[in-house]
Amino acid sequence: MIEVKNISKWFDGVQVLHDINARFETGKTNLIIGQSGSGKTVLLKCLVGLLKPEDGEIYYDGRCLNTMNAEQRKELRMDIGMLFQGSALFDNETVLGNVMFPLKMFSPLSHKEQLERAHFCIDRVGLKNADNKYPSEISGGMQKRVAIARAISLNPKYLFCDEPNSGLDPRTSLLIDDLLSDITHEYQMTTVINTHDMNSVLGIGEHIIFINKGHCDWSGNDKSIYRSDNQSLNDLVFASTLFKEVKRYMERNANK
Amino acid sequence: MITKSIKTFGRYCLFLTQVFRTPDKWKVFFKQLLTEISQLGLDSIPLVVIISIFIGAVIAIQMTINIVSPLVPSYSTGLATREILLLEFSSTMMCLILAGKVGSNIASEIGTMRVTEQIDAMDIMGINSANFIVLPKLIGFVLFVPVLCVLSMFVGLWGGWLVAEFTDMLTVENYVYGIQSFFNEWYVWYGIIKTVVFAYIIATVASFYGYYVKGGALEVGKASTNAVVSSSILILLADVILTKLLLQ
Repeated sequence: MIEVKNISKWFDGVQVLHDINARFETGKTNLIIGQSGSGKTVLLKCLVGLLKPEDGEIYYDGRCLNTMNAEQRKELRMDIGMLFQGSALFDNETVLGNVMFPLKMFSPLSHKEQLERAHFCIDRVGLKNADNKYPSEISGGMQKRVAIARAISLNPKYLFCDEPNSGLDPRTSLLIDDLLSDITHEYQMTTVINTHDMNSVLGIGEHIIFINKGHCDWSGNDKSIYRSDNQSLNDLVFASTLFKEVKRYMERNANK
Repeated sequence: MITKSIKTFGRYCLFLTQVFRTPDKWKVFFKQLLTEISQLGLDSIPLVVIISIFIGAVIAIQMTINIVSPLVPSYSTGLATREILLLEFSSTMMCLILAGKVGSNIASEIGTMRVTEQIDAMDIMGINSANFIVLPKLIGFVLFVPVLCVLSMFVGLWGGWLVAEFTDMLTVENYVYGIQSFFNEWYVWYGIIKTVVFAYIIATVASFYGYYVKGGALEVGKASTNAVVSSSILILLADVILTKLLLQ
């Protein structure tokens, strides 16, 4: 479990995060949602330690990130997998090379065992016959899968995903969502997903926090979100005609 | 302006403290090192050869045309060509050209890695990204640049020989006698020492600009230009200092 206590972050005198408190539970897909520019990515980068918050603490299963020394941070980072918005695959490495990379750097396994592990991860994300292709030779959806395979190659306890569905078609987005949900449950990871894809919110949102102008405005799950009376949240989640219709349908069903 | 320069220099020094750390995995480091020697060093050979041969030829022609005096011995063309190549061209001028090729290559490569979050991905994995990316480039380039310098000296002298061989401006015997006369071995070492320092400047300055890029493709281009401009100025400054220290 990851716990965030009173996180605040400023950039050039502008406060981007205001006193955020949240809990991200183990074995669940935890979603951070909010409009573009609301501070979701900043919060995610604070969580993984890429940005240092000015105030507040972050706890990884009781271990405080703020007070960790370099060695402890390095140990923690080996338990972290991250999927970036643009996949962040290494251009000069093949698909197999990308997935092998963390194993080569940190795994005590032999080369043969590393290859087996890499192939297992590639198979797990449903990629076939792409081992020797370079990132520029595969589609955006495939790149995300490779990034997921790389992120899980060291069996991380914590998985962070920054807008995993951005730039993908709806069908591929659903496949990526299902994959993230499946591996979270399978490996009992603490998964934190930063998204504004409402299909993800209503599909895999086992725990959701809503960030609005740097404040944590609401928390719940994909069931309670239909009953929320938070206007900003409703404006974001049920913005389209289709989702408004879905909300009305859910409310009617709940009243019956 | 002064405050900004001091801040940038401070950041550069902090960056170097990250670069000069023990690599996480030596095996991976040596593999990277060979790749960088190939990309930054071996791939620069054609450029060095082409430029050196032509400049060597041009220097020989210029010397022949301009040193027309019964008081100047006929072997002066070869001697002057050799001194120019050894003292300045094959070290300073060649490194200024390499600052354009290698410096922009390093800055744009690392800058692109930064804006596409590849560096963040390494940091998340617990890898010292500055050390992992920059150290092999720096060591690879510094190790290989003396080879380029000596190659440039030889090929430049050969360019001058071609002028003697294929034109009637000067004789081959005079040219060869000139390049062998009054040879001071220290000038070769002086050129090599300078190129090592210049290679260090090119690799670290270009990496620094690339590593701290913020934004997108436009900023990567700007960083690449800044890297070339800054390293060129620093090379010229270092040239003055090294010449004073090594030749006086």
